[in-house]
Parts: sequence; C-alpha cells; structure tokens
Amino acid sequence: MTATGTGYDARFRIWRGDAEGGELRDFTVEVHEGEVVLDIVHRLQATQAADLAVRWNCKAGKCGSCSAEINGRPRLMCMTRMSTFSREETITITPLRAFPVVRDLVTDVSFNYTKAREVPAFVPPQGLAPGEYRMQQVDVDRSQEFRKCIECFLCQDTCHVVRDHEENKAAFAGPRFLMRVAELDMHPLDAAESEGLDRKRTAQEEHGLGYCNITKCCTEVCPEGIKITDNALIPLKERAVDRKYDPLVWLGSKISRRRD
Amino acid sequence: MAQVDRQQWDVVVVGAGGAGLRAAIEARERGARTAVICKSLFGKAHTVMAEGGIAASMGNVNSADNWQVHFRDTMRGGKFLNQWRMAELHAKEAPDRVWELETWGALFDRTPDGKISQRNFGGHEYPRLAHVGDRTGLELIRTLQQKIVQLQQQDFKESGDHEARLKIFQECTVTRVLKDGDKVAGVFCYERESGRFFVLEAPAVVLATGGIGKSFKTTSNSWEYTGDGHALALLAGAPLLNMEFIQFHPTGMVWPPSVKGILVTESVRGDGGVLRNSEGKRFMFDYVPSVFKEKYAETEEEGDRWYEDQEHNRRPPELLPRDEVARAINSEVKAGRGSPHGGVFLDVSSRLPAEVIKRKLPSMYHQFKELADVDITAEPMEVGPTCHYVMGGIAVDSDTAATVGVPGLFAAGEVAGGMHGSNRLGGNSLSDLLVFGRRAGWHAAEHAAAHAATADRPAVDQAQVDAAAAEALAPFHAEDGAENPYTLHQELQQSMNDLVGIIRREGEMQQALGRLRALRVRAARAGVEGHRQFNPGWHLALDLRNMLLVSECVAKAALERTESRGGHTREDCPSMEREWRPVNLVCHPVDPVPADPAADRIRLVRRRTEPIRPDLLALFEKEELVKYLAEEELYE
Repeated sequence: MTATGTGYDARFRIWRGDAEGGELRDFTVEVHEGEVVLDIVHRLQATQAADLAVRWNCKAGKCGSCSAEINGRPRLMCMTRMSTFSREETITITPLRAFPVVRDLVTDVSFNYTKAREVPAFVPPQGLAPGEYRMQQVDVDRSQEFRKCIECFLCQDTCHVVRDHEENKAAFAGPRFLMRVAELDMHPLDAAESEGLDRKRTAQEEHGLGYCNITKCCTEVCPEGIKITDNALIPLKERAVDRKYDPLVWLGSKISRRRD
Repeated sequence: MAQVDRQQWDVVVVGAGGAGLRAAIEARERGARTAVICKSLFGKAHTVMAEGGIAASMGNVNSADNWQVHFRDTMRGGKFLNQWRMAELHAKEAPDRVWELETWGALFDRTPDGKISQRNFGGHEYPRLAHVGDRTGLELIRTLQQKIVQLQQQDFKESGDHEARLKIFQECTVTRVLKDGDKVAGVFCYERESGRFFVLEAPAVVLATGGIGKSFKTTSNSWEYTGDGHALALLAGAPLLNMEFIQFHPTGMVWPPSVKGILVTESVRGDGGVLRNSEGKRFMFDYVPSVFKEKYAETEEEGDRWYEDQEHNRRPPELLPRDEVARAINSEVKAGRGSPHGGVFLDVSSRLPAEVIKRKLPSMYHQFKELADVDITAEPMEVGPTCHYVMGGIAVDSDTAATVGVPGLFAAGEVAGGMHGSNRLGGNSLSDLLVFGRRAGWHAAEHAAAHAATADRPAVDQAQVDAAAAEALAPFHAEDGAENPYTLHQELQQSMNDLVGIIRREGEMQQALGRLRALRVRAARAGVEGHRQFNPGWHLALDLRNMLLVSECVAKAALERTESRGGHTREDCPSMEREWRPVNLVCHPVDPVPADPAADRIRLVRRRTEPIRPDLLALFEKEELVKYLAEEELYE
C-alpha cells in the first residue's frame, strides 16, 4: 500500500552553509500523506542533496536530536506534520539560531553540555543503603515532570536571554538547566544541604536565574509540554526570594495563576 | 601514509546507550581512564526509546518474586536456548543495578509504601518492571548520563580537567577495531562533523553498539542500528552467535507510512489494552501454544479479572511472549482479518477511562495524537509487527563479557548474544544493559590494568591505520557508474524484510543470499559526492559494509536452523524441535578476507551448548523440561 496517489510537490527553503556563511536554497520535493518535515529532509538527502547535514535519531519525538527552526519557530522536525501547512506554502527550515552553525541544519550545541556540567549532581542521602529509599509518588511527581525533558534544547534556543545576546551565555544556564536545578532541589532525598550546597541560592547566584523575566517562551516551545516557567523557574524564584528580592516574582505569581 | 591523531586510553567503550554508559562508569570507577565514543550526541542513544521498564525481581509489588522466578521466566521466554549462566547472573544482579540507579538520582514511579513500583509485562510471572510512566529508557539514559557528569565534576575538582579520566567523543564513528597480533590495540574512528580521522589506542575495547534493525524495512530502530559492533567484532576475528533470532515486536505503528514501525509499548497491553481483528474478535485466545496453555486465561472474563486479581486468575493471552503475539497478528492479517492499513486493532479506549490512559500511557497518547492524529482514548490504534531487537550477537563469556578469541575485546547489551536465547522478554533488555554493561566495564578495566602499564601494551602499527583510512575514503574514489548508497540501503532493507522477515522459507532465504551477494558487489562501487564534513551519504556508504555482513549472518543462520523457535519462524519447519535445543549456530569471518566481493564473508559452524547446571534445571518441573530439552539432555 502506498500513499503516492495522495502525493503533491511542496516548496522548501532550506539554509545551507557552514560557519563561514551560507544561504537559503530552494527545493521542490514530493510529499506524501502522513509525513513529517523530517521525512521531507530525508527525501531530499536521498534524491537531491546527498550531503545535506541534519541531526536526527529516534524519529518519534523521544530523543530531541532533530531540533530546527521551521518558519522561524523552534520545533522538532520529526514531530512537525506536513498536514499543518497548506500545500501552497513555502516551508523554511533554518538551524537553531542561538547556537553556532556547524553545517546546514546542524549546530554546535556544546553550550548545553558545558552548562550541564556546572550544575552539581544529585547528592545521595547518608545512611540510606541502595534499596532503602522510600518516597511517595506525590513527592516525586514534581521532579518527574522535569525529568521528562528530552534535551532538544528548543527552550535554550528560544530564550531571548541568550538568543540574541551572546554576552549573556557565560552567566546564564538557560531554562533547561535552571529546571535541572529545580528538579534536584525538589528531589525528596537530595542531600545537597548536608554538604553545604544551597541549590536555590546557586540558581540565583551561579546559574543566572535573575536574567529570566518569565515570558514563558521556553514553555511554549517545549515538545514535552513541561511547564518550565510555572513549575520550575517561578518556584525557584520564590524559593530564592527570601534571600534576595526579585520584583519579577510578584509578577510571576500573578501570571502563574492563569494556569489551564 | 595517513596522518591521524592518536590518543592513549585504558578502556574505549564504543556506544553510549545504557550498556556503554554503564560500562564506562564501571571502568572509570575501577580506575581505568575511559573514553566513550558514540555516533549521536551524548544522551540521545536508542535506549531512550525503551518504554516499559527494567525487569528486576525486587518483589516490591508481589513479595513472592525472586531471582529464581525471574530466571525461569527468562529461560521460558528464550525457549531454553539462553546462555544459562548469563540468565542466572542477570536475574540475580538486576535488583542491585536498579537500586543503584536511585542512588544516582533516578526517580522511578512509587508504590503506596514508597518503594519502586513494578508493573506487569509479557512473560513475567509477577509485576516486575521498574518504570517511569512509559519513558523508562529516557530515565535510564539520563541517570547514567548525569552519573558520568558527576564523575567528571569529581575529576575536575581533583585535576582541573573534566575529561581527565572519562571523556565522551560524541558524533564519532568507529570503523575498525585495531589489533596487535591477536590482541586489541585500539579503534579507528572518524568525526562525523568534520570527517577527520583519529585513533584511540587502548588495550581494552567494549563494544556496546546495540542492534541491527536498519537492515530491515519496517523497524522500530533508529539510524544508528546498523550492526556496527557485530561487524567490528567479525572483522576483528570474533564470532557471532545465533544471529537467526530476531524479535519482531508485535505492536509497531502501521500508519501513516512515515512512522511505520515505530513502537507501541507493550504496557498498553499490560495495562488492559486488547487486540482485536476486523471482526472485533479478541483473537489471541486462539493462539496460545501448548507449552503455555496452563498459564493463560481461556476466557475473556478470566483474562479481564486478572487485571484486578492476579492471585486467582490467569493472565490474558495478549500478554504472551512477543514472538507468539507477533506471529498471531501476522496470521490474522494474512487471513484477511486485518485493519485497513494492514495491521490489527489495539484498543485501550474501551477498556480504561480517558484520564487513566493519559496518566499511565502519556507518551503513547502523545505519539498517536501527534504522529497519526489518532486519539487513543477514543478509538483503537492500528498495529503490526516491526523489527525490534536481535537476540543473536557477539559470542561472549557469561561472567566477563569477553569475546571469543580476541583478548581485550568485550561486548555488552544488544550487541552481545546469548542472554536472551531465541526470544527476549520485554523489560529484560534494560536490566541486561545494566548487569552486563557493568561486568564488561569491570573486566575491561582489569584487562587494561594488566596491560596498560606494562611493556607489552599493544601497539597500533601504521599499516593498519593506513588501510582503515583507505577503506573509509573509498566511497569518494568510486569510478564512473558509482552506486547510490541510499538505493543500495533501500534494496537491502526490502530484501531482508521480504525474504528473511518474520516468517521464513528455505527458497526465499536462498534467494536472499543471492541478493546479498549482488548487493555486496554493487556496494564495493558505492560512491558519494561532496566532502567529508557532515556528509550523511558517505556515512551510509560506510555503514553498508556492516549491514551487509550482519545480514549475511542472519540469512545463513536462518537457513541452517530447520525448526521454529522464538524469533525464528520457518513456515517449512513449523515446530520447535527438541534436538535443536542444545545447538548454537556460530558465524565466523572467512579468513583471509576474500578479494572477490561476491564471495561469502561468513562461515557457519554448529556448536553444542554447555549443559545447563543441575541446580538451575531443578528450578523447573520435570514435565516442563520434557517439552524443551533434547532426549539425551534429559538423561545427562
């Protein structure tokens, strides 16, 4: 059974180039029923541009590799169905803007791996042997939501603190890794405090939480639907506030009540 | 002479999925300077796709569970062809490996008394799978990734260098294991981004590259699964075991075409989902094989009661081992009782309230909504078999994960053979990764310690490096009439799917071997355009060598085994034959490698399995053993 009968030709503009520079190139390519943008990129590789660079892996929205900007919006190519565009529309695919281009749609995401290393790891509680951990589901729910993160880095890409401000990158961990701090902070058995590590304070002082002005762009692009701003960043700000006044917390607490 | 960078490490781990990362953690904690090399970004490995859980007999939900019961289930699932010592170690050590993850920060779903919750799964007698919703693989990979970061943070504190003792080379591919005489000396690699070649010298190499699904058209596997580790082992002289056994997961998506093959987790059935044909019939009741008759419900009513009361009812046949369910679906479709797109219906919408479905199966809800525009809380899914897992793999020593005949070469995870026999139970893969990943890392570190410091540290000679570089560059020098690697790959996938797929016949497999021969000849002329920087066409051209080698193993072994067992179904030899129980089929590389691309690469040898230890046999009833063991084994 094939879907050839329902196929049509779509117009694409895809950024091709490398660190030296590049340009949008036009392609016309066949599209079949039920396909996603990544299918079309693969068809281009197989038929028109064998050396078109693209990063991908699971093709099911679980690994977070195929991040790109589709018509200017950060998205996973494997989870963007062609049926969401009209047949007449020209679809533009560009690499993630916040990170340096390697080639074509592939960017250098090492910023994220550097930031991951700056967040101190889980500290196991003293006196509890493996197998003796006891936690209630309601207490792990919060951190579990953040652990759904597939590290697609779309939130890192869209966050305007770094999107057009290279100079902020050194001081700002980005939504993904601030959320990692929140995740560890809310872990029922994390023993960071016993080692003199105050995760809330480090969020503010070492990971740049203060830069975040809770515009919720990160939440909007999250393919996992994680409420990054409401459930991770704002609570982290609220927890930090008794140490350091942050006027945005007041605003944040207003906005966060507008939950659906 | 190729100028390539060389670095020295103690242990090199190829692959950064569950097995590779667990091996790396172990090797580093035992003092070995360890490098991990992987084709994707760190944290993206195919392990993230695992949904159901990690099988470990912790007994948190049913205290009657223990390692012996887990061992029994594993052997039954594998139709007694499992390398029994692996199945024993696996069942004994899995709980410790899960609990250890908690100390590294993993957050599993909980029982009401705060322990790790465990769920039911096909072939497991008790609720046994530690899980996190239906994204357990992601939790596993992230926990291991974060443990590695923690070790790197520790090294940074001590030395000022995060990568002093544990480094990830991401988006790099290994094309050859290099040797010094018969010993491992390192690996030859290229950076996918730049195409730059480099050599990692090490006396111990762990292969943890996963599976071979990309040789098949319909598969749940990602692009990385091109049988690299299987091929690297063969090319280094290490044999493969029982490559005919391939698991077709019964429930892959069948529609739309672009997602055909993507997995629908078994938890859908574990949580109450049922399979129906186009007539609305729950057909699995017609497909319970005699060896399982006493264990499964005979009526829908009993099966339904089991979800509530597992003590007094038998489980529904939807939860039979995967090979049985896949074959049943295949038969229904063939008999004309399939769904519109050539599968059957998997329905959870009429079984559970919408909010329960969304809570218990969030990824599945998401996946169908986003990819197929199907709301699984309101309508049934369409599913069919998809190539999912290879039980066969590199022959290894059960305790040490050492390969056969190549000192310093180890293998763990899907790339290793033996553990699962002829069929793997769901949930036994993640536990396999942890148990044998750790063992491989441990013994690789010991091997390295014995060789790294001494004068007999294996050396990499320049001739091997030059040969590996020339081989990797060949696709750029293809003559006129070069073959397109994408076309070759598609033809390979079609051939394997059609001729060595879920149901096999002698004539078709012979035809497959002929096609593979022709593809080998054409692949020798595979050519690519452009340059070495991030060139996917070039990468595929290099992967073809591996897929063709592995496919030859599968087809040869499948032709040889004239019975049906687990993940190997012969239409012309439909029953399981007891005399085949103690027979392993071992694929050796033809040595020296023939110059003619048409010539066979693989020599198949029958080898008798080691007798099962009496105390392990004593865990089974005599009547059950009679169904499986060969006549002479019963009297040994």
